[in-house]
Amino acid sequence: MAINVPFDAVEIAAAEEARAGWWGAVVDFARRRPLGAAGALVVVFLVLLALSANLIAPYNPVAVDFGAMLTRPNAAHWLGTDAFGRDVLTRLIYGSRTALMVGFGAAVVGSTLGAILGVGSAFFGGRIDLYLQRLMDIFIAFPLIILALAIVAILGNTIPNLVTAITIPMIPRCALVIRSTALSIREMPYVDAARAAGFGNARIIMRHMLPNVMAPYLIMLTAFLGQAILLESSLSFLGLGVQEPTAAWGLMLRGAAVDFAESAPWMAVFPGLAISLAVFAFNLFGDSLRDALDPKLRTL
Amino acid sequence: MWKYVVKRFLLMIPTLLGVAVLIFVLMRIVPGDIVELRLAGDSGVVSEELLKSERARFGLDQPLWKQFGTWMWGVVRLDFGTSMWTGASIGQEIKLRFALSLQLAIMATAIGVFIAIPLGVASALKQDSWVDYVARIVSIAGIATPSFWLGILMILVLLVVFRWLPPMVYTPFWVNPWQNLLQLIWPALAVGYRLSAVVTRMTRSAMLEVLREDYIRTARAKGLVETLILKRHAIKNAMLPVLTVTGIEFAFLMGGLVVTEQVFNLNGLGLLFVQAVAHRDYTLTQALVLLVASVFIIVNFFMDLMYGWLDPRIRYR
Repeated sequence: MAINVPFDAVEIAAAEEARAGWWGAVVDFARRRPLGAAGALVVVFLVLLALSANLIAPYNPVAVDFGAMLTRPNAAHWLGTDAFGRDVLTRLIYGSRTALMVGFGAAVVGSTLGAILGVGSAFFGGRIDLYLQRLMDIFIAFPLIILALAIVAILGNTIPNLVTAITIPMIPRCALVIRSTALSIREMPYVDAARAAGFGNARIIMRHMLPNVMAPYLIMLTAFLGQAILLESSLSFLGLGVQEPTAAWGLMLRGAAVDFAESAPWMAVFPGLAISLAVFAFNLFGDSLRDALDPKLRTL
Repeated sequence: MWKYVVKRFLLMIPTLLGVAVLIFVLMRIVPGDIVELRLAGDSGVVSEELLKSERARFGLDQPLWKQFGTWMWGVVRLDFGTSMWTGASIGQEIKLRFALSLQLAIMATAIGVFIAIPLGVASALKQDSWVDYVARIVSIAGIATPSFWLGILMILVLLVVFRWLPPMVYTPFWVNPWQNLLQLIWPALAVGYRLSAVVTRMTRSAMLEVLREDYIRTARAKGLVETLILKRHAIKNAMLPVLTVTGIEFAFLMGGLVVTEQVFNLNGLGLLFVQAVAHRDYTLTQALVLLVASVFIIVNFFMDLMYGWLDPRIRYR
């Protein structure tokens, strides 16, 4: 029995167990959910690719080379070149930066604000909850792409603004899911105990409720990652997102890629594959994470 | 029950009003207005007076609350006014495009559901078998693939392999059904794949949950034939969330196909949306947003009512 063990020995054992638990959890996850682990691996690969883009990309992503316009894939240009003679592979590698920046930015901000709103709404209840819910209803009923379109038109076409435009529709969707979990947590004895101990609302929300909605939060976050990348590529394809000459996957599919699709299909095929692969990996990982954390929760 | 229906119905009004306020305010914040955009075309000096008189013609010189009031009063009488850009009545502008978007949404939903439900049920019944793995990978891929890119690939394959392109000019169904289907089947397939992916995943997870319920065990225990258990107990109960997600996706298809429409050169609501916002055509944008939001809200309303019909355990208050 632990009663006879000296106090610090218990703490050390607990710390050791936690460390083993953390690494063990990763190994366990990989063993039990090979699909999810494969997704995670691709995500890690993409992150490394984005971080080291300037080291591994064979060309300059914005350098125009009119001598090599619309070159077929060959030894010098593995995936061919576009209508400006820019190397497709290089632009794909640099495009991963844009995709991940927008994806992580929008998903983290969107699900965090959504979680705070959802928990707050559930915690305060009553009239605040009712009004917040109505407000969420309005934003959810509002056509998503129009909201993004209007926000980009108001704020301008920079990447941070694009992240904002993609984040806003995500907030209410996340808040809805988190609220339903938080409603049951509000009734837990430890919340009552915290209140009895005289803690303020802010502290109860931050220290006692938010950590307990971690599972749905992480699930929504990974689900949003893929959606944000898809939305960014749609907006860029429409010419409302990232602007030339910045490398972005959706942008690479725009204009010449469609016009020359028959004679230079590599321009249209590879960026689309990159989008699909990235979103696929995020979803594969997110799905397994959901199965591991909270199988009853439903994401898209 | 009726009390619930009426209450649920009335609750749609504040949401729609909120949507109206939001789009009204958003459009006025977007820099530039229709008058500036129209006159910018006549590259030359535009007098302050002309700007003023043009604004007055559209009622843009009125205070905002008055503009909003006029619009709302029109909406209540189902009079959405005329498009600021073309001058045609909004009803006229929207009618044909609405028909096209509706047909496309119905076709895509039909294709999606037709594939998704059998696949989702099979995937759940044979959990962790190769059927399940294939179904899951195909459906996650469906969510990951941008529909517009799938559209580009389809056109490319038709062109390169079959040396044939779908007709690029829209023919209404009632004029020439064959020509119409020949054009719309491709975008419907591209979008339907995504929808089927979403619905397959929902069907699978709902089925998995229902199959663990006590009443399924009871049905098995009393020796009911497996197909009857599935038909009468499992599938019917699992259809609730599937219905919801199908409804939401359908509503999304009505106004969200901006990019796919562009790829297939379709003049639907999505394209109209982008043009209306680009022209700062306040009346048209506002009417379109209200229309699409109404479709979403009404679909949700019917979904809620269907819940009670499919699951008698749900009591309305």
